[in-house]
Amino acid sequence: MRSQGRWATLVMAALVLGAAFPFFRAIAGSLTPEAQLFEGAPLWPSPAVLEHYRALFAERAFWLPIRNSLIVAGSTTLFCVTIGSLCAYALARLRFRGKTLLLGVILAVSMFPQIAIVSPLFLLLRSVRLINTYPGLVLPYLTFAMPLAVWLLVGYFRQLPAELEEAAMVDGASRLRAFREVIVPLALPGLAATAILTFVYSWNEFLFALSFTLGPERQTVPVAIALFRGQYQVPWGQVLAAAIVATAPVALLVLAFQRRIVQGLTAGAVKG
Amino acid sequence: MPSVEPRGAERREARLAYGMVAPAVATILLIALFPLTWTVWESLHLHDLRMPWLGQPFVGLENYVEVLRERRFWGAMAHTAWFAAASVSLELVLGCVLALAMNRTFRGRALVRASILIPWAIPTVVAALVWRFMFEGLEGWLTDDLGAWLPVILADTWKETPFVALLLLAGLQGIDPALYEAARIDGASPWRQFRYVTLPLLAPAILVALIFRTMNAFRVFDLIYVLTGGGPGTATEPIALYTFNSLMHNLRFGYGSALSVLVFLVTFALALGYIRLLGRGLTEGRP
Repeated sequence: MRSQGRWATLVMAALVLGAAFPFFRAIAGSLTPEAQLFEGAPLWPSPAVLEHYRALFAERAFWLPIRNSLIVAGSTTLFCVTIGSLCAYALARLRFRGKTLLLGVILAVSMFPQIAIVSPLFLLLRSVRLINTYPGLVLPYLTFAMPLAVWLLVGYFRQLPAELEEAAMVDGASRLRAFREVIVPLALPGLAATAILTFVYSWNEFLFALSFTLGPERQTVPVAIALFRGQYQVPWGQVLAAAIVATAPVALLVLAFQRRIVQGLTAGAVKG
Repeated sequence: MPSVEPRGAERREARLAYGMVAPAVATILLIALFPLTWTVWESLHLHDLRMPWLGQPFVGLENYVEVLRERRFWGAMAHTAWFAAASVSLELVLGCVLALAMNRTFRGRALVRASILIPWAIPTVVAALVWRFMFEGLEGWLTDDLGAWLPVILADTWKETPFVALLLLAGLQGIDPALYEAARIDGASPWRQFRYVTLPLLAPAILVALIFRTMNAFRVFDLIYVLTGGGPGTATEPIALYTFNSLMHNLRFGYGSALSVLVFLVTFALALGYIRLLGRGLTEGRP
């Protein structure tokens, strides 16, 4: 038993260090002066410089993609959680025909390969002049975010005891009011977890953002970083600084809400 | 009063339900199902955005015939299959080890969970760039047809193993500890306990992780677009990248749509297997 515990600790330490090493390299690289980067980056720079972070915002206007990503991911999340929670409540609690079919369709849509709908979405957005706009990204993002949100929320609503709104309804409240005033406040942790996962997925999305934007004024963070170009070669210092900046918000969210995220993730995947 | 007239109440409930699901259903119809139908329509027509004067004549299955005759298509399919097999099996083995190691109470467990979650949560583009940076310092890997796969598979494993580990951990936590107690009393070694208690009971979770990851690996795009660009040449080009290039670079919408439909069909077949397994899991009373 003893040796088993030691074995587990060792394995875990190795895997955790392995997981952390690329982050360490990225942070070190983002602090290394440009000249040293081209001669094979040292393990840790001396002197460590913040030059790349300064250039990122002063010369590359990196706040622009950050703003775009916040707007797009934020709107997608807001839209999905409000509309999705109505739909999820009906699916979790009300009796109506076609419920199983609807659940099946939502599950199927959540598994759509994005590449299968890129071309019609492009033609559709072009015909209504939404290429290179915020709605032109939020709408396509709903294809993956909406099924995800609905699916997770159905799970959360089902966990709440049905007696709660029944009691409210006996007291004369309508279904809708019982939902708003009894269920929503109780499901807040679930709503928060859903919002976080939706936000993270939208923040990270690449294919749609690459296909439906034309220039820096609407590019999201992942697209902006992927298309970074220097005059002669990849400006690695700035790329890595941008990578750290793009990682920070999701890393903070994960650290703050890890328990809920893990619950949502495993429920979402095991159940769909 | 809901109890006075049950039929009317039932109807009212259904009407309310349709009202509540309508906005979400309308969105899904508009942005997912309608475009998918459009893709199928496009795939049966000649549509080249570079040559608008050709119009969009109906060509039947010609686009599909052209796809199936194209060597680059078969190459891309082979790359995708090989990538999925290599990365998913690595992720399953490592994820299983990690889940077993984490399935015990110890100090700092929350910290470990958070630290392995971060690679999963960051943008794939960032993961790809960091691994490209690490491999650009090493001469020869990214310029070699076979060697270029190493950073691709390592980056995917680095990013996705946490997800597999957490799925399997959830499965492990559902196993009754009394079973191990019984096995120990019968004198079973740790290996035999793993082989005859853990593995059979973990099988459903392993299958779910396997199919879920295979489906995602089959759609791989961001990672390779950023890490190798499909190169050198087309040596690491997966099917999603080939489709993207046909559509957004060559602007061949008819041909690209035929590719899209084929990708969709393969993913759909995998998804069907997944749903069937899940359905069985649900009726057996698993989570």
